[in-house]
Amino acid sequence: MQSATVANESYNDTVVRQFTIMTIAWGVVGMFVGLYIAAQLIWPGLSFDLPYLTYSRLRPLHTNAVIFAFGGCALFATAYYVVQRTSHVRLAFGKLAAFTFWGWQAVIVLAAVTLPLGITQSKEYAELEWPIDLLIAVVWVAFAVVFLGTIARRRIRHIYVANWFYAAFIITVAVLHIFNNLAIPVTLWKSYPIYTGVVDAMMQWWYGHNAVGFFLTAGFLGMMYYFVPKQAGRPVYSYRLSVVHFWALIAIYMWAGPHHLHYTSLPDWAQSLGMVFSLILLAPSWGGMINGIMTLSGAWHKLRTDPILKFMIVALSFYGMSTFEGPMMSIKTVNALSHYTDWTIGHVHSGALGWVAMMTIGSLYCLIPRLFNKDAMYSTKLIDVHFWTSTIGVVLYAVSMWISGITQGLMWRAFNDDGTLTYSFIETVKFTYPYYGLRLLGGLVFFSGMLVMVWNVWKTVADVRPEPVAVPQPA
Amino acid sequence: MDIGTLRGVLTAILLVLFLGIVFWAWSRKRGSEFEQAAQLPLDDDDQPRAAAADAGRDNDGEGKQ
Repeated sequence: MQSATVANESYNDTVVRQFTIMTIAWGVVGMFVGLYIAAQLIWPGLSFDLPYLTYSRLRPLHTNAVIFAFGGCALFATAYYVVQRTSHVRLAFGKLAAFTFWGWQAVIVLAAVTLPLGITQSKEYAELEWPIDLLIAVVWVAFAVVFLGTIARRRIRHIYVANWFYAAFIITVAVLHIFNNLAIPVTLWKSYPIYTGVVDAMMQWWYGHNAVGFFLTAGFLGMMYYFVPKQAGRPVYSYRLSVVHFWALIAIYMWAGPHHLHYTSLPDWAQSLGMVFSLILLAPSWGGMINGIMTLSGAWHKLRTDPILKFMIVALSFYGMSTFEGPMMSIKTVNALSHYTDWTIGHVHSGALGWVAMMTIGSLYCLIPRLFNKDAMYSTKLIDVHFWTSTIGVVLYAVSMWISGITQGLMWRAFNDDGTLTYSFIETVKFTYPYYGLRLLGGLVFFSGMLVMVWNVWKTVADVRPEPVAVPQPA
Repeated sequence: MDIGTLRGVLTAILLVLFLGIVFWAWSRKRGSEFEQAAQLPLDDDDQPRAAAADAGRDNDGEGKQ
């Protein structure tokens, strides 16, 4: 225990606890919706002919719930925790921080109501209509004010690298969200984007890919740079590399979006630019992965006994795998095969489940005992069970989508000598059937681990009345 | 100067800037500052509740570390 503390100042952990618990709750909800629509692809009758339950309305609900509700709450929670602990100061603007929590939950609830009603802008990952977009913008600016305000008040001169990643994520997402959603409202729940044609498409994928680059990558790298050293009990492998990793990653990601528009009416040079920047991205991505994994060098034995570290290291491995797969798929000739097939879905999920979710889950298992005044989680064995269900679930998911995706691509492009298509579309659907079953099984296995987590967290926190943690006195 | 040249110059400036960051990060001067910075996640004593304060509230998790 540190003896010297700042008089009358404690960390604001209330908002961290709120976001932490909601991360798990929204994770369960979002993944359940994912399971349901995966089942619909096998048994279409599961929509019961209700418009609210059709695949087309529930799929955006699934993506919004897992990215912005599960991932978003995890980023809020850990950003607020990490910035306080590495700056030795209480979170700035307590009331504004509370507003970000309730505001963000309101956004999620509004999404859960409007999307099944069919209210949508039809922009992928930016489906929500303009009134909700305005609320998101306000909450997000408040997030920036709280986070950057805390950094401005810091008692440690150096700004720790995790905070750089969080700050880049917060600022960039604000810019992306505001510009991609510029629209002219027609009624309360209908608007049209100010962009048209190919410009609209380019704006959408400038937003879309940077949502991957900054929301799902930079933010979670911030998490990685704090929680991996914390759980391993060792400083990050190379702090110098982390600085270069940061600047290289944020400079390059911004230009990779056009790879979503290969072979469209987007000018050829823009497509090639997107492809080249996507290929260059491999370098900073792997630099970061190596930096995270090598943090364990000299302490590999900890992996034998600590399932939380296993979560983190496997997450980094999936990060390395999907940041290799991504650049490869951005090569035009590979993209000609992979685009519009299930391969893309597999790629997204090895990133989203393997990297984002497993890093989040590992970090939460590290964080929760600290937030709720406990020695450790209720059961380490159950964390290990969760680790194996997650790993097996992602592998089943990715492998089934690789097989079905690549075969789809090959069947779609097969021609007869006379120039007609070798396969009708329904033949490709028939082929994918068993792999959709395997994908559902992978999802079920992953989801079962989330339920184990709910039980473990409940047993850890249910009897606790958390006490405030004092801010340490500056040296 | 036409726009193409301007873009070329801008690219060169950005490349030099990046190399500058690399040299800055690996310069000897940064050594001790970075070493201290890297300790930040480990410095704070915000460990899971110390056993002393938590004796009365032990849980029965079977696999505690």
